[in-house]
Amino acid sequence: MKNKLLPLSITFVFIIIFIIFFKGLQNTNIYTPETKTIYEVPSVSVKLFNSNEIVNTLEIFNSDKFYLLNIWSSWCVPCRKEHSILMELKKNNKLKVIGMNYKDSKENAKNFLKELGNPYDQIIFDSKGTNAIEWGAYGVPESFLINNNKIIKKYIGPLNKVSIEEIELYIK
Amino acid sequence: MKILKLFLIIFLIFPIHSLKADNEVLKNKIAKNLRCLVCQGQSVYDSDSEFANSLKIVVDNKINEGLSEKQIYSYFQTKYGEWILYDPLFSKNTYFLWLLPLLIFFLGGAIIFINFKKPN
Repeated sequence: MKNKLLPLSITFVFIIIFIIFFKGLQNTNIYTPETKTIYEVPSVSVKLFNSNEIVNTLEIFNSDKFYLLNIWSSWCVPCRKEHSILMELKKNNKLKVIGMNYKDSKENAKNFLKELGNPYDQIIFDSKGTNAIEWGAYGVPESFLINNNKIIKKYIGPLNKVSIEEIELYIK
Repeated sequence: MKILKLFLIIFLIFPIHSLKADNEVLKNKIAKNLRCLVCQGQSVYDSDSEFANSLKIVVDNKINEGLSEKQIYSYFQTKYGEWILYDPLFSKNTYFLWLLPLLIFFLGGAIIFINFKKPN
């Protein structure tokens, strides 16, 4: 009996390991950060796109209104598609749309807004992409819904009709 | 007097250089332990994506602000989750991960020990 116990337990362990790895094969190995966690708006100094003024982010998101921070760039193709949705959201009085121009040239960005319209109440100029990291973003486009200095929802990738409905539901 | 001046110059220049070199080593060490979220599978140090390049600047800024290596890791962890660290921290979620190799090592050792003792 004792002689049989060791091979039996080894086989058992191997079967368990096999099941774990086999199950693991079906899991996606692409990681996306959590989108539902609530955290505070980072307090950092940022440069404004139009005036070149340096202000703290808390000064921008200071009222108890809802804000949508949208990270965009003129070279980003999905941003172009998303733009009409932002223009639509601009019409909502309860929401302020703030832009963050990511690693872009000012001239290209201005042409982009001239061509497609400007949905932003204010634009942060993030030429090095370091401000976006303070927000926990890792690409363009990304959007953050903010209320009372707290990020309540994060949208990775372009906004769509479903996200508009969700944002409107939050604002109500 | 000349020698004194020379010493003074060396004394003033040397610490700054060594400090900069230290920061560079630390920056590379941290960048190697951070995963790139855009080109997943590569470290921030290896990657040349827009995200990784910005992250390297942020690491540099944080070192200059005087943050320690641990503080920088926890800063990125709060922004992107623990996944961003190649070396997971020792917490209640990772006890098993860290202790399993040790456990297997001792278990293997015990099996070998018992088997060697048997003939006697």
